[in-house]
Amino acid sequence: MKRRSPMLMTIVAFGYALLYVPIVSVVIYSFNGSRLVTLWGGFSLRWYASLLADKDLLGAALLSLRIAIVSATFATALGAIVALALHRVNRLRGRLLLSGMITAPLVMPEIITGLSLLFLFISMADLIGWPASRGATTITIAHITFSMAYVVVVVRARLAAMDESLEEAAMDLGGRPVAVFFDITVPMLLPALVSGWLLSFTLSLDDLVISSFVSGPGATTLPMLIFAKVRLGVTPDINAITTIIIALVVIIVVAATIISGRRGPVAARPADAGGQ
Amino acid sequence: MTDTTSTPLVQIREVTKRFGNVTAVDRVSLDFLRNELFAILGSSGCGKTTLLRLLAGFEQPTSGRILIDGVDATDVPPYDRPVNLMFQSYALFPHMTVAENVAYGLRKERVPAARIRERVAEMLAMVKLEPLAARKPDKLSGGEKQRVALARALVKRPKLLLLDEPLAALDKKLRQHTQFEIANLQYQLGTTFVVVTHDQGEAMTLASRIAVMADGRIAQVGTPGQVYEFPANRYVAGFVGNINLFEGRVTGVDGGRMSLRCEALGVELAVLSDEAIAPGSAACVAVRPEKITLSRQAPETKDRNLVKGTVWDLAYFGDQSLYRVRLKNGTELQVSAQNLRRSAKLTVEWDDEVYLSWEIASTILLLS
Repeated sequence: MKRRSPMLMTIVAFGYALLYVPIVSVVIYSFNGSRLVTLWGGFSLRWYASLLADKDLLGAALLSLRIAIVSATFATALGAIVALALHRVNRLRGRLLLSGMITAPLVMPEIITGLSLLFLFISMADLIGWPASRGATTITIAHITFSMAYVVVVVRARLAAMDESLEEAAMDLGGRPVAVFFDITVPMLLPALVSGWLLSFTLSLDDLVISSFVSGPGATTLPMLIFAKVRLGVTPDINAITTIIIALVVIIVVAATIISGRRGPVAARPADAGGQ
Repeated sequence: MTDTTSTPLVQIREVTKRFGNVTAVDRVSLDFLRNELFAILGSSGCGKTTLLRLLAGFEQPTSGRILIDGVDATDVPPYDRPVNLMFQSYALFPHMTVAENVAYGLRKERVPAARIRERVAEMLAMVKLEPLAARKPDKLSGGEKQRVALARALVKRPKLLLLDEPLAALDKKLRQHTQFEIANLQYQLGTTFVVVTHDQGEAMTLASRIAVMADGRIAQVGTPGQVYEFPANRYVAGFVGNINLFEGRVTGVDGGRMSLRCEALGVELAVLSDEAIAPGSAACVAVRPEKITLSRQAPETKDRNLVKGTVWDLAYFGDQSLYRVRLKNGTELQVSAQNLRRSAKLTVEWDDEVYLSWEIASTILLLS
């Protein structure tokens, strides 16, 4: 067996500490009985209890959830359609350019995405009078646009691994194109659709920068509220809400990983090959 | 039995399919009779799979027509054709059980549920898979998958069943067994089966008629015997089975008998042929390895062609032996011989001087 180098182990430990110590300390201090954030005052759930009484916070949380659910649903549907189109129309001129362009938002700085969407909404309001004001709707639209890119990537990976003769076989057996789509294509893509949805959901729930750009008066999402609160000083209830978000995100990301990584029925594996 | 009296079930009329500037299928005309097991044989890239996809309706011909049961089906989409295809990959739906896979075609036809159950049970019994009805495809062996695919493709009682390399994914033993199963099934059901294959042995054992394809065109259509013993051209002769092929020049024509000078053999050969060929024109002479008799003593030469050589290499298979005999000028001939007598010692060994002779009637004349 290879001997583990102590040097290497130290570096690894340091790296993980850098990543997780801040998160773990937030979680621990969320159970702190003391009003002072830096002083341990015994175990308590009082900050979780105080969250329930905070109307602003609950409102923001509900708004964030609503936006996340709606935008994830639309992003999944649109992203799947785009992925299918890019996959099917393989003789489409400029497919490489198009598929590059669809994934560009993944690496685009959020500031730029946020700013350009804000400009779009303002000029749309000027030109066609919609959206009349910015708020939950504009945030949802903004979230759909950037989440969609992630869904396209996930769904295309699944499509690339899918045996196309499955759809042909269904058609050969009398399935019309629409029936084949729902009988074969959708079930085959289901793991990708679910993980795409979960990914979009978390992205939307986390987003601060783009939401801040396209939001208007009266629409404050949870990250926006937390950010605003922290600027006035960190209070222990922030630790509690943060812990809840961490738990939620961990659960969803783990679920998405399990679903998309499951050795799902991607292709009808060619039978145990004899000789050819 | 194959019905040769009525109109063919499928008539392919001058069908051409081009992809860009590649012609995959080139002016193919072909008939499939009712109740026959037909094989389309060719090496990969010869256009046989494209022809199959044209028949199934996944591709539209660039020109030409396809008639199925007298009806022009050229523009009929795959889901409305009385044709089913068994895919090479089997293409079983992985999210459905064996029974659901088989039932799919009937469900799309809106057959009543009770009738579907009945029919699926019937099909599963036919391919001996009843105990596996509730399994998912990934829990099946290669041979079981193949049978599910067959049952699924036959459940709608198609007029024409297409099989794309049905045995390619099976191991050797299973392949032989499945060959007989497919042939029996075809006989029982009376459906026309069209098998696409690159394996000439498979085509010969399965089919009652074979079409050999090369470069998108039909090189020859005939029974296995016709294709093997009377190949239409050099390509078919070389592709189906082993053969010794020599270029020659016609030196004399005498009624149904012709003599040719073969430089590679250094002799004059006699061939039976009714072809009208002028002396002096080029032609090709061929003979199958098993038609050649090998002997150490000079044989009877009446109505036989004869050459002399040395055994260069031999392979002993038990039931038969394969010899490579080299002539003085370096030309090599393949000869196969049944080992008729029980003996541990071969009668002909390496480096033996031997006479090779074969009947004039077994000599093949190829003009193209």
